[in-house]
Amino acid sequence: MAVVFEKPHALCDVNMHYCPGCTHGIIHRLVCEVIDEMGIEGNTVGICPVGCSVMAYDYFNCDMIEAAHGRAPATATGVKRARPDLMVFTYQGDGDLAAIGTAETVHAATRGENIVVIFVNNTTYGMTGGQMAPTTLPGQVTQTTPFGRDPQVQGYPIRVCEMLSTLSGTALAQRVAVDSVPHINEAKKAIRKAFENERDKKGFSIVEVLSTCPTNWGLSPVEALDRLRNEMIPYYPLGVFKDCDAKNPKEEK
Amino acid sequence: MLNEIILAGFGGQGILFAGKILAYGGLMDNKEISWLPSYGPEMRGGTANCSVCISDDPIGSPLVLEPNYLIVMNTPSFDKFIGSVQPGGKVFVDSTMVDRTTDRDDIECFYVPASQLAEDNDMTGMANIILLGKFIKETSIISLDTLQKAFEKAIPPKKAPLIDVNMNAINIGGQV
Amino acid sequence: MERNLMKGNEALAEAALRAGCKCFFGYPITPQTEISAYLAKKMQANGGVFLQAESEIAAINMVLGAAATGTRCMTSSSSPGISLKSEGISYIAASDLPCVIINVERGGPGLGGIQPSQSDYWQATKALGHGDFQLLVFAPASVQEMVDMVVKAFDKADEYRMPAMILADGLLGQMMEPVTFPEISSEQMPKPWACDGTKMNREHNIINSLYLQPETLENSNISRYERYKKIKDTETDAEIYLCDDAEIVVTAFGATARVAKSAVNTAREQGIKAGLFRPKTLWPFPVKEINESCKSAKKVLSVEMSMGQMIDDVKLALECRLPVSFFGRVGGVIPKPSEVLEEIKKLGGAD
Repeated sequence: MAVVFEKPHALCDVNMHYCPGCTHGIIHRLVCEVIDEMGIEGNTVGICPVGCSVMAYDYFNCDMIEAAHGRAPATATGVKRARPDLMVFTYQGDGDLAAIGTAETVHAATRGENIVVIFVNNTTYGMTGGQMAPTTLPGQVTQTTPFGRDPQVQGYPIRVCEMLSTLSGTALAQRVAVDSVPHINEAKKAIRKAFENERDKKGFSIVEVLSTCPTNWGLSPVEALDRLRNEMIPYYPLGVFKDCDAKNPKEEK
Repeated sequence: MLNEIILAGFGGQGILFAGKILAYGGLMDNKEISWLPSYGPEMRGGTANCSVCISDDPIGSPLVLEPNYLIVMNTPSFDKFIGSVQPGGKVFVDSTMVDRTTDRDDIECFYVPASQLAEDNDMTGMANIILLGKFIKETSIISLDTLQKAFEKAIPPKKAPLIDVNMNAINIGGQV
Repeated sequence: MERNLMKGNEALAEAALRAGCKCFFGYPITPQTEISAYLAKKMQANGGVFLQAESEIAAINMVLGAAATGTRCMTSSSSPGISLKSEGISYIAASDLPCVIINVERGGPGLGGIQPSQSDYWQATKALGHGDFQLLVFAPASVQEMVDMVVKAFDKADEYRMPAMILADGLLGQMMEPVTFPEISSEQMPKPWACDGTKMNREHNIINSLYLQPETLENSNISRYERYKKIKDTETDAEIYLCDDAEIVVTAFGATARVAKSAVNTAREQGIKAGLFRPKTLWPFPVKEINESCKSAKKVLSVEMSMGQMIDDVKLALECRLPVSFFGRVGGVIPKPSEVLEEIKKLGGAD
């Protein structure tokens, strides 16, 4: 019988701990499909964050390292500098990447560190039970913004791709979403492009994936996808913010 | 025999380098040696000093508190260290830069217009080495041969011509 | 072997290169910056990597990454910077990764000063980060030992899969002394645990410090402490000087031990039976060795550039059988041999 659909080899055959309706599973799968298609599993090292995907080391079949909170880009730098022949990616959430790890993120990007960063933005701290994230939208209710995020008090969300796109070391900064099949296909292309950039030594590639958190948003999975479409995408527009191969061929080098 | 030397002056006078040359001299003579600089903001134009120990035996504390030799190239350092010199010790003063003398009669003080001599001989910036020449002459801790080797060791090959320039400065100091 | 004249910091950096250190990640801080400057110049020609990180925190986590690939790597800092690294050091210890960390101590607490100090003894030996763990801590007292101990630190870190620290101070880092470099074997232990790509011919390796099951985490702690026990039994090292008949034993480490030794020598000249005990490993603390050196001692004097930290280990090691007094200078003040001599005399050495 012909196989029409199977688990990527790079994805471990284990139960994941993610909540029902969470889109981490889709994103894991996309990364693993790309690893399989490029045939790089035996040569890849992944770096896990602290956050919901903290145990991703059990889900990826390549060698995996657990980093301290926010430090994944620094740890990835250590791996890549020690062994430039390895493919290195980090898998990070919004608190990890854009709050506690902002310095590591920005400096890895500006160094043009030749790594892939998969940035999962769900506008909340999921692991600790739904507190305000650096990407929490204005007005969004979380455990620590019980009356909604008030920019006068808690400041504004960070648009990470836009920010990193200003840095010369960034090869690719692209925001995608996993709320629909077309968007998922687009997301996979972006992830593939990021890994190809690393293979071709082009520098720092970040793919920001807008993701859902039905549990902490207090929504059903379907409602959560609606929120992603109706509230997140307008604030965090999808698209390519920097692509070293596209248009302005010679950016500031 | 433990020789404890303090060299002191302004940053930029080559105090640390002169100290290094002494240390290299000790190295060439197979002695035990230590060289300890003052460090920090002093490096940026304030006072600079270093402690050099040259000994036949292993050196304890490398920080010289009571030197038997003092090489001093500015007034603040003269004031700071002159009282700490061991009785019987020798002091070498750049008298162009230091406008006073000591009334201690238990130490021997040599006043050498090193900076003036440097200028007269078209050797600006080498007062430190001229003063070192006088020091070598009066103490014979290190021979001239050893000193030559010390310069050869301390000065990178790219700057080899400086070895002769330095030895000339040493000789000028030695003739004072 | 050729004697070279080198600064402690530079000799240490050169020794690291010769020991096969291939990655250095650091951030500038006085008084250890010469280590970075030296390696910035030499690392690339040695086939290695020098990278100035954006912070101490990033630097230590870069070390974690490089160490995870099985590469010999190092970072270096001075007291305030080590505090910043403490998070990463805990993770490295918990991940059972080998690396070398240099602390060229300066006066604290807070921003403190930049002159020599030994007030990070507790931090290095007891609590460099959260959780139950230890580092191998070596305390050099000369430029030559800066070299020898760095080489040893790399070997022992690999052997026991744990971080090793060189606890030096500004005096040792800045001073120049003659130094010779030993022949160093290029052979290193195999590291089958490393994250260097599965090559599709083994299970994936995971470098991790997260264990959500209490029993699993307990077991990982227990097995680490079994290793620590072996280290305590076999890896202690100390210099014992004139202790055979010593009635007063001075204990001191690092640069302070040199001052203490001068004082002990003068005391001997004056007919006082003084000796010196100098631990070369601070963790593990040389318990057996200090007891040997205090066999005929009536009193013990701990001399430190701190308000009194190692003295705790001295008392514990001696099980409080002997009175232990303390003399220390802090803030970057280096104790004088004459001050130490006075303290020795106070203890009854004076007739």
